[in-house]
Amino acid sequence: MMTMKTRAPRFWRCIPQRYNLIGTHCAACDEYYFPPRNICPNCRRDARIEEYKFKGTGTVITHTTIYSATEDFERQTPYNLAIIELDEGPRLTGQVVAPPGEVKIGMHVRPVFRILGKEGERGIIYYGTKFIPVEG
Amino acid sequence: MSYGVYIPKYRIRVDEIARVWAHGEDVSEGLKVFEKAVPDVDEDSATIAVEAARAAVLRSNLDPRRIGAIYVGSESHPYAVKPTGTIVGEAIGTSSKFTAADFEFACKAGTAAVQACLGLVASNLIDLGLAIGTDVSQGAPGDALEYTAAAGGAAYIIGSKDLIAEIEAIFSFTTDTPDFWRREGMPYPEHGGRFTGEPAYYKHVASAALGLMEKMGSSPEDYDFAVFHQPNGKFPPRVARKLGFTAEQIAPGLVVPWIGNTYSGATLIGLAATLDQALPGQRIFVTSFGSGAGSDAFSIEVTDRIDEIRQNAPLVRDFIAGAKYLDYAMYAKHKGKLRL
Amino acid sequence: MRPVSIIGIGCTKFGERWDSSLRDLIAETGIMAIEDAGVSGEEIDALYVGNMSAGRFVEQEHIGALIADCAGLSRLHIPSTRVEAACASGGLALRQAMLSVASGYQDIVIAAGVEKMTDVSSGAAADALAAAADREWECFLGATFPALYAMMARLHMRRYGTTQEELAEVAVKNHRHGSMNPLAQYRMEVTVDDVLSSPMVADPLHILDCSPITDGAAAVVLAPAERARRYAEVPIRIIGSAQASDTLALHDRRDLTTLDATVHAARKAYDQAGIAPSEIDLAEVHDCFTIAEILAIEDLGFFEKGAGGSAIEDGLTSLDGPLPINTSGGLKACGHPVGATGIKQAYEIVLQLRGEAGSRQVDDAEIGLAHNVGGSGGTAIVHILSR
Repeated sequence: MMTMKTRAPRFWRCIPQRYNLIGTHCAACDEYYFPPRNICPNCRRDARIEEYKFKGTGTVITHTTIYSATEDFERQTPYNLAIIELDEGPRLTGQVVAPPGEVKIGMHVRPVFRILGKEGERGIIYYGTKFIPVEG
Repeated sequence: MSYGVYIPKYRIRVDEIARVWAHGEDVSEGLKVFEKAVPDVDEDSATIAVEAARAAVLRSNLDPRRIGAIYVGSESHPYAVKPTGTIVGEAIGTSSKFTAADFEFACKAGTAAVQACLGLVASNLIDLGLAIGTDVSQGAPGDALEYTAAAGGAAYIIGSKDLIAEIEAIFSFTTDTPDFWRREGMPYPEHGGRFTGEPAYYKHVASAALGLMEKMGSSPEDYDFAVFHQPNGKFPPRVARKLGFTAEQIAPGLVVPWIGNTYSGATLIGLAATLDQALPGQRIFVTSFGSGAGSDAFSIEVTDRIDEIRQNAPLVRDFIAGAKYLDYAMYAKHKGKLRL
Repeated sequence: MRPVSIIGIGCTKFGERWDSSLRDLIAETGIMAIEDAGVSGEEIDALYVGNMSAGRFVEQEHIGALIADCAGLSRLHIPSTRVEAACASGGLALRQAMLSVASGYQDIVIAAGVEKMTDVSSGAAADALAAAADREWECFLGATFPALYAMMARLHMRRYGTTQEELAEVAVKNHRHGSMNPLAQYRMEVTVDDVLSSPMVADPLHILDCSPITDGAAAVVLAPAERARRYAEVPIRIIGSAQASDTLALHDRRDLTTLDATVHAARKAYDQAGIAPSEIDLAEVHDCFTIAEILAIEDLGFFEKGAGGSAIEDGLTSLDGPLPINTSGGLKACGHPVGATGIKQAYEIVLQLRGEAGSRQVDDAEIGLAHNVGGSGGTAIVHILSR
């Protein structure tokens, strides 16, 4: 039987970040990092890094709707991708679950727990955070 | 101690499914189900369980690290082997010091999970237990199940202090009755047609309900509300009437006409909808049903605390209100019915 | 450091080269460049090859040894090194070759670039290209390359009023230029309407806003400037060469509508060359998407930030304009065999500075610039060439 190609360890390693947006905060300069950094580029040796769970709410900085995707995502099209600035400051790339055309620059979003991808029919399922528009 | 619900926002109307299969215009009326909840393309029973569990934690604002057991009931766990409960635990931020297992008992796996937590809490083996019923149930295209097989879930945190409702007593009735099943590796369940009615649903629900009332010496008049497993909109009123409950008693918890049969979630969402409006001191009679077959009956009394925390998380009616409708083609895409 | 010149060039026909393997392409271009330079095999001291992802595209690594072998140089046992900086691999190969000659350590060095992309499905190719982005924090979330550039385009449109029509004009111009280049993948012209009515890939980018999947290879031969006349009638001096890096992920950038790596590399290259952007006669810039050309001509200092779109629409960067951009057709029309692109850009500039560009020749071209970008701007490489 063919051996399954799996990213299980690689995915598993980042579960705290993918499920709950666990990043870091440097208490010395009050800067927040996502994904987590263990070295603060501002403070380097003087950094005081601590774990921080982001609220997950943020603002759409820019966005697109993808109609033609890579193999892993080709059955999900169309879907929205955005760069989101979390309320605490850092930016990340993520999907916004909404009909195409409804995502706008400046829109407020909040996190939801969704399937990010699957390793075909046999492999593991990647879960994690996507975003939805905050009503109103 | 708390409860939380999640129902996907997409719906398909039963009439739209009937149109595709030319089953006529009275299907919806016959089932008393008008529309059913459909998951998004990236939702499954695990994501629904997580959203419901997060809502339950949010509602009571408790520390998830107190949770000592997570039992997730579903007939559509994303993995055949690999627990859903571990995904939930990680996603809601429990400690690693808890036990977990996935339950399957057709539509009553959720209430079975409640019972398991109840046992561990009552015996002081754990502080808090998390019981979830969740499903993205499947009906084969064109099969009668397709009209009602829906998606949704509810999570209950079971503890012994700061309660919003007290489970006064439970009673279960279980026999070996093959009315509905899905074999290993098969995508869609099979069922015995009308055999799912009298010898299965009605017999087990009635037996469990009567058993509990007999055990407690209570009668339908002692309850303000009643919730019965709701595979469609027809069965629960009929069994309620037989047992002596009124249409008014079951009305708040009868949500199947607008969301469909959420299987392991169905009874627990019905209970949640009832808790959404129950007043302190009111009593709720709950009976689930799982094919195969068995029923779990619960007698519940609502406490004062419910008014404090009810509004901290979305109510069932909030989920019912936000619906977006799909046609059959989009529904097929959402449900992964298009095979490649 | 001693000055370095380009004494020979070669480039294959770009396109879907179904009948050619990676080996065929490299042999074809290697021979062209060596013959153009008129060097013998024994004179060659080293090879550098830019290649982004032969491992993904043809399941072949160890490309350094492979190209020396394919170019018929295996028995000379000269060092051959593959370098990788995603779509800037070619530019990086040129820079590494230049540094080795400039240092005095080696004399005659070949810089090549190759990519064979059509041996996999388009979905697999898109995924291989996506490896140039942040796999962990962009691609796992569903990002594609067009999507990253689409997000830059959306913000540029919002901030500076750039329009979809202006984006389309980049494609129209580059296709017009490509129609005059016999090596170009696409030799047909397109209209703004064609672009805007082509299928959407990642809103607001249509398929005709995107560079294609291409097979191709290119090579240039470098020598110390003082010896260049021995080999070439018109040796082309490399008067500026600079490379800059930035965050891998787009979302971590200081500004999503500026490629800071381009700005920094350009500044250094202009300083080395001792010239101002206004002294550039023509440029090959990295137009993997139409928005990328607009960003490039702004970040290279040719136009004010935000004025790139209107500059293109006004014809300022057309062949007959004051600053012709992408006379080869660019990545858009000439094609984008990722590892080869940076070398092809140098090939085109050399051809123009030699006065050998045929119907697309820029009059009196003295100084040209080649701008190569890796990923969404994690690497930028700028070379300035002069007659």
